[in-house]
Amino acid sequence: MSPVNSVLGSPIKRREDPALITGKGKYTDDLKVFGMLSAVMVRSPFAHARIKSIDTAAAQAMPGVIAVYTAADAEAAGMPGLVPVGWLLDTLKTPPHPMLASEKVNHVGDAVAVVVAEDRYVARDAADAVLVDYEPLSACTNPKDAISDGQAQIHDEAPSNIAFDWEIGDQAKTAAAFAAAAETVRCDLRNQRLIPHAIEPRAVLADWNEATGEMTIHLTTQNPHVHRLLMCLSSIGLPEHKVRVIAPEVGGGFGSKIHHYADETIIAMCSKLCGRPVKWAATRTETNQTDAHGRDHVTSAELALDQDGKILGLRVSTYANMGAYLSTFAPAVPTYLYGTLLSGQYDIPAIYGHVVGAFTNTSPVDAYRGAGRPEATFLVERLMHLAGEATGLGPVEIRKRNFLTPDQFPFETQVALTYDSGNYGPAMDRALEMLGYEQLLADQEQRRQSPNGKQIGIGFSAYIEACGLAPSAVVGSLGAQAGQWESAELRVHPTGSVTVYTGSSSTGQGHKTSFSQIVADRLQLDVSQVEVIQGDTDLVQFGMGSYGSRSGAVGGSAIARSTDKILDKAKLIAGHLLEAAPEDLDFKDGSFCVRGSADHSVAWGDVALQAYLAHNYPENLEPGLVASAFYDPENFTYPFGTHICVVEIDPETGTTELLRYVAVDDVGNVINPMIVDGQIHGGLAQGIGQALWEGAHYDEDGQLLTSSLLDYAVPKMHNLIDFELDRTVTPCPHNPLGVKGVGEAGAIASPPAVVNAVMDALAPWKIQHLDMPLTSEKVWAAVHSQ
Amino acid sequence: MYPAQFDYKRATSVEEALALLTEADDVKFIAGGHSLIPMMKLRLAQPEMVVDIARIDALRGITEEGDGVRIGALTTHAEIAASSVLHEHCGLIAEAAAEIGDTQVRNRGTIGGNIAHADPGSDLPAALIAAGATVHLQSASSTRTVAAADFFLDLLTTDLSHDELVVAVTIPSLGRSTGCAYLKFEHPASGYAVVGAAAWVKMENRQCSGAGLAINGVTATPFNGNEIAQSLVSTDASDDRIAAAVESVQPEDPMADVFASADYRAHLARVFAKRALVSARDRAV
Repeated sequence: MSPVNSVLGSPIKRREDPALITGKGKYTDDLKVFGMLSAVMVRSPFAHARIKSIDTAAAQAMPGVIAVYTAADAEAAGMPGLVPVGWLLDTLKTPPHPMLASEKVNHVGDAVAVVVAEDRYVARDAADAVLVDYEPLSACTNPKDAISDGQAQIHDEAPSNIAFDWEIGDQAKTAAAFAAAAETVRCDLRNQRLIPHAIEPRAVLADWNEATGEMTIHLTTQNPHVHRLLMCLSSIGLPEHKVRVIAPEVGGGFGSKIHHYADETIIAMCSKLCGRPVKWAATRTETNQTDAHGRDHVTSAELALDQDGKILGLRVSTYANMGAYLSTFAPAVPTYLYGTLLSGQYDIPAIYGHVVGAFTNTSPVDAYRGAGRPEATFLVERLMHLAGEATGLGPVEIRKRNFLTPDQFPFETQVALTYDSGNYGPAMDRALEMLGYEQLLADQEQRRQSPNGKQIGIGFSAYIEACGLAPSAVVGSLGAQAGQWESAELRVHPTGSVTVYTGSSSTGQGHKTSFSQIVADRLQLDVSQVEVIQGDTDLVQFGMGSYGSRSGAVGGSAIARSTDKILDKAKLIAGHLLEAAPEDLDFKDGSFCVRGSADHSVAWGDVALQAYLAHNYPENLEPGLVASAFYDPENFTYPFGTHICVVEIDPETGTTELLRYVAVDDVGNVINPMIVDGQIHGGLAQGIGQALWEGAHYDEDGQLLTSSLLDYAVPKMHNLIDFELDRTVTPCPHNPLGVKGVGEAGAIASPPAVVNAVMDALAPWKIQHLDMPLTSEKVWAAVHSQ
Repeated sequence: MYPAQFDYKRATSVEEALALLTEADDVKFIAGGHSLIPMMKLRLAQPEMVVDIARIDALRGITEEGDGVRIGALTTHAEIAASSVLHEHCGLIAEAAAEIGDTQVRNRGTIGGNIAHADPGSDLPAALIAAGATVHLQSASSTRTVAAADFFLDLLTTDLSHDELVVAVTIPSLGRSTGCAYLKFEHPASGYAVVGAAAWVKMENRQCSGAGLAINGVTATPFNGNEIAQSLVSTDASDDRIAAAVESVQPEDPMADVFASADYRAHLARVFAKRALVSARDRAV
């Protein structure tokens, strides 16, 4: 079999799929261990209530029930039981988040007790028999209202429910820009709360070994090492080397499986106290009530322009809903992952952003696909749409006039980032070319002649995002309580095949395939000769996990670095075998050869074997062919692109139909175009879902009205259309692969593209803005109120 | 999503199924399980005993009977949607069945279970009322029939008494020169009908000679618009006449949820009634 040198950039089929699509994948809830018990949580039905008493006697007496535990039992198990925060801000208030509430519950779904039983049916019956006497308190759900007088006070440590007060940019300079403006546009908006919906609900299987003092936890996690670290620092009361966290197959995360939830520590406690393995898996309703939600901003944004349509300044004020407690990385999301993206693709000389984080009686809010960047992109691109209308320049010209130009890179924005590279015009031009914009404008004009008929709208989104959160020292200075590098280890076997150990753990993205391609390309092997091991803290050295579109750019770069170290050592061995200096060797077609004499060569397999035989071997060189790398990037990466959406609105019903969706993305070099397209497709589905259908609804008492898939509308296949995709390629200049990241681009770019399209269709009715989701009733009501 | 404990028995005949009803206080029949099992998993239904009737072959199948069609209670939505007999005599029922859930749901769910459950967002009830269907019920001691228009009493409530089983539905043939349409406004989360308008129009010599209309999803029981549709009889059923007729679609006490308010539902009912009637007329040959 001939090595495939072009494997990098090939759309090879995903190596993980045969197991996954034939039902052979093992997820946490598939696992069965001898003696295993089942747990069901007793959760608060109230958004805010004082706990007067908890009576577990009746539940405990039921046949098949092993135990019922409350907060009081955590102490007996030697567990601090505090759910930690992994990102701190100067003004941040960090009220304690106990894993089991004992005095007060703060959101629907807050756990107060856990039932352990021989099976799930018994546990579920017994959970109903736990009697909790609540004294309901008034609740607040809206972040802007929560900080005003007369609202329910959630934590003593956070007066007026203010979690933090944060700003970025230059307030005075921005005020001056607005004073000098020829034109300003403004948008008051709600970036609504979303509920992540991984197909696989969260699950935990904890197995305590009393004899060795070791706790093994199978967990639905995007970052097993980080999970273990957070647990050992704060909640579980065990040393890190005695805890093993294993992420088997993980069925989607989108951010929701980054965070340390109370549940994993509660289940670990159950195993420790019962002395048997205990498993818990969330129901879909628990998923909706307790997985960290996303977004939920109340924002006012204004853009100042000069008489030529050049942007002078941007001013943003946001109330960010943190929910009842601070989830793991929650403080970073509406601050450093949001405020820093406010410059978009544009040359904006003055920016000021002010964000107040508020506690409310709702599920905690944390990173969800895009995490801060979709919120920033949405307001910037909505303002650009409005600016195009206000100035008469239209959506294309207003953007082009303000794009950063290639000669401006590296570009230091007014909001703390340095964009390393970019070339925004070609992506927009390509998208326009694919769209056939002129013809569409003519069609639109014709439709507008019949005002009662269906109208079409064309919406633009020219987005930028920052992927591969980095470098560690910078994120540390911003409040991260963890580094943001990634690790990789390569072990070459004596027969020449390779096992890769990566800290970047997959939740379905296809890491096994993409990472194999990186190694196969560099070592000139077939991908079948490479195996990838991930998701086990006992097998893999410390790693940071998968989130923020970092796996390719940071995890992949660590793999590339360790592969290069392997090649360097292999050259020493080959040089010895060929009696040539290593620097005189070429590595070609799977063999090392002396430059200029191709027949004087030694094959990869022979070098690998000699590394382990060490019979004919360089002096002072250790045997073996193993290398690891901890790659800490110099900067974020900055994918960008232009998305254009075309919709048709039926004014009689208010329904929006997608007609076209064109996306031109620049994610740098591409490892596997099929996987990259798949990531764009998935991101688009979620972003379009936010624009048109999705949204968590709480009533005024803090009851979640969208607690099942009967009420919460995730997009389905038949709701979507064929996406028209293309790419431009501007490689990342600072990582060894030139890759940037693609996992979140679709979800970041698409909400404003869709909303701008709908607002464009509604232009004849002079409607400035409607909040997402653009349900048919909302559109209908807006049209009929004119 | 774990149901409370229950007993399970399988019946092999209608008589046996009805006899098993007396063995416990709260007995539910199960066939496809697509209405009952979700209710049990949410613990909204906690029957003491479930009697499985899925293997009673006598209750399955679609046959021509007199001047119409008989559909056995265990006939699946997929079988109904694909039935050439139904397409010939009353395509409206087949069209509505094709809109239920997804392929898996249609392969398991049955017409008997569907109407006995009486979900207001279900697709079949309006089609049955518009078509003038009859529901056939049997108890241990007697049989009786109820017009579909009288069968649905309230949200999840029907005329079926606790000792009865739905055994069949019969549909009169709508005859030649008839067009049908079931137009659905789907809830983006559940897929149930926010509004589902079922209409048929018979056109002879460019004159309407018969019509039916009923609407799912708007009110607790289907809105019966048959009289409104019949006002088109002996007219040309033009767009204007249809538009004027559907102004009388004024559902009492429309339902409301997070997705659609009562006013909006009532508005959609008129729009979808109009579109379904227009479409049915256009299909009448």
